[in-house]
Amino acid sequence: MSDPGPSFGGATTPRGRRRRRLGVLFAGLCAAATAVGVLALGVLLTDVALDGLPSLDGDFLVNFGSRIPERAGIKAALAGSVWILTLTALISFPVSVAAAIYLEEYASQNWITRTIQTNIANLAGVPSIVYGILGLALFVRFFRLDRSVLSGALTLSLLIMPVIIMAAQEAIRAVPGTIREAAYGLGATRWQVVRTQVLPSAMPGILTGTILALSRAVGETAPLIMVGAVGYLAFTPAGPMDRFTVLPLQIYNWVSRPQDEFRALAAAGIVVLLLLLLSMNAVAIVLRNRYQTRN
Amino acid sequence: MATIYDIETGGRVPALEAQGLSVFYGELEAVKDVSLTIPSRQVVALIGPSGCGKSTLLRCFNRMNDLVPAARVEGAVTFHGQNLYGDDVDPVEVRRRIGMVFQKPNPFPKSIFDNVAFGPRVNGHEGDLDMLVEASLKQSALWDEVHDRLQDSAYALSGGQQQRLCIARTLAVKPEIVLMDEPASALDPIATQRIEELIYELKKDYTIVIVTHNMQQAARISDYTAFLYMGHLVEYGPTETIFTNPKEEQTEAYITGRFG
Repeated sequence: MSDPGPSFGGATTPRGRRRRRLGVLFAGLCAAATAVGVLALGVLLTDVALDGLPSLDGDFLVNFGSRIPERAGIKAALAGSVWILTLTALISFPVSVAAAIYLEEYASQNWITRTIQTNIANLAGVPSIVYGILGLALFVRFFRLDRSVLSGALTLSLLIMPVIIMAAQEAIRAVPGTIREAAYGLGATRWQVVRTQVLPSAMPGILTGTILALSRAVGETAPLIMVGAVGYLAFTPAGPMDRFTVLPLQIYNWVSRPQDEFRALAAAGIVVLLLLLLSMNAVAIVLRNRYQTRN
Repeated sequence: MATIYDIETGGRVPALEAQGLSVFYGELEAVKDVSLTIPSRQVVALIGPSGCGKSTLLRCFNRMNDLVPAARVEGAVTFHGQNLYGDDVDPVEVRRRIGMVFQKPNPFPKSIFDNVAFGPRVNGHEGDLDMLVEASLKQSALWDEVHDRLQDSAYALSGGQQQRLCIARTLAVKPEIVLMDEPASALDPIATQRIEELIYELKKDYTIVIVTHNMQQAARISDYTAFLYMGHLVEYGPTETIFTNPKEEQTEAYITGRFG
């Protein structure tokens, strides 16, 4: 066999061709995997939009539920979801961020801290129905908050706090140690370092994690059924102690009816839920950009 | 064995005195029983090979090692007759009076003005902040380059300018001693020269302790030099003596480039 010389003909040898084919095959597999997700989402959105858009009009947003499909609307569920979302955000955000700051900036690295850390990670994996049962026992019964918006928001806060805490810890850990050293070196106290340097730098990451967690909360049904959200309500909550229903529950309620008209209403409800999620993501992006340009 | 090096300080008041200082990182003893006197308004260089404990020793002087959870300090550092490691000493106050400039320029992700104003603000400065910022930037020879863009991000500055900003930021707190941990190691030769000229100027008002990897730099800018090896203070004395007529064989081997 002759010396191949200074050629780059690797692609023409059998071995070289096989290597090339493997590379192309792998890229193709990855592209196909991506396409599965994108296509599924595309089909889902198109299907829901086709079914739901005809029913989605101004009346749909301002009417309460009804046995007559033409008169049924989503007002109570939309208002309930917004109430739940707002209260959940107000409760879970400060508590989670404070917990993350404590774990990252104050707690000493001993077995207690490690135990807490492991438990937070485990809590993030607990099924939501379990949180529902806890919410029922703790908030509805023990604290006598009854089947209120507040009970629901507290339950969902417990559900998403582990996720926000872990996201906030990641964001705080990503703040360069050199920035902390510089601030300490100038005679700043621990609180001043956290408030003036660590939190502003970590805020974009914390906000992203919070919005993602809230997006999960807005789609939850099971724990809210446990704490007493109902499928039909003819009023919107006027305060945190009122009864409530939420979008996913209303959608489920409609889907389970035998008449086709209610299926169309469910599709319209899904469109509203998706729009709510999209606008939350938009808020996250705006907040993130605001913080980043300020630096 | 502890050796206290008596050095000719020309009757100068000692700014800092370390007595039997040892630092442990868990089981590892990074600084071993070091005693030395830092004379006031002089430049003292700490030299030695990587891992010899010179940065760790420097960080003892403003209690930065407190921030490393596994670090433990034994011995005493005396400053104005008070042990910095005494029970009633607040490390936050120590760091205000003994400032520090770090190896890599580490400005805050804020404007040039806010970087310099940070220290005075957290320390409750009362008075004209604009004047203080201007004076600090002039002291660090940066004012002429940035006076018309104080609200720009500090990240827009070059590496050398960022390091001079960090020096201005340290000076704005009005410390008595400035600790510098290889302040020019991440800079090009021109920027390094500017920092060295600056150190020469600052010596008039401040005591400076500088860690450096660069022996020529130590020879150029310092009045006293301490050579550390494996956590021990091998030799300490006037820079000229250390570089021309060292007493210890290890010192001579290091400065002539036989190891390190």
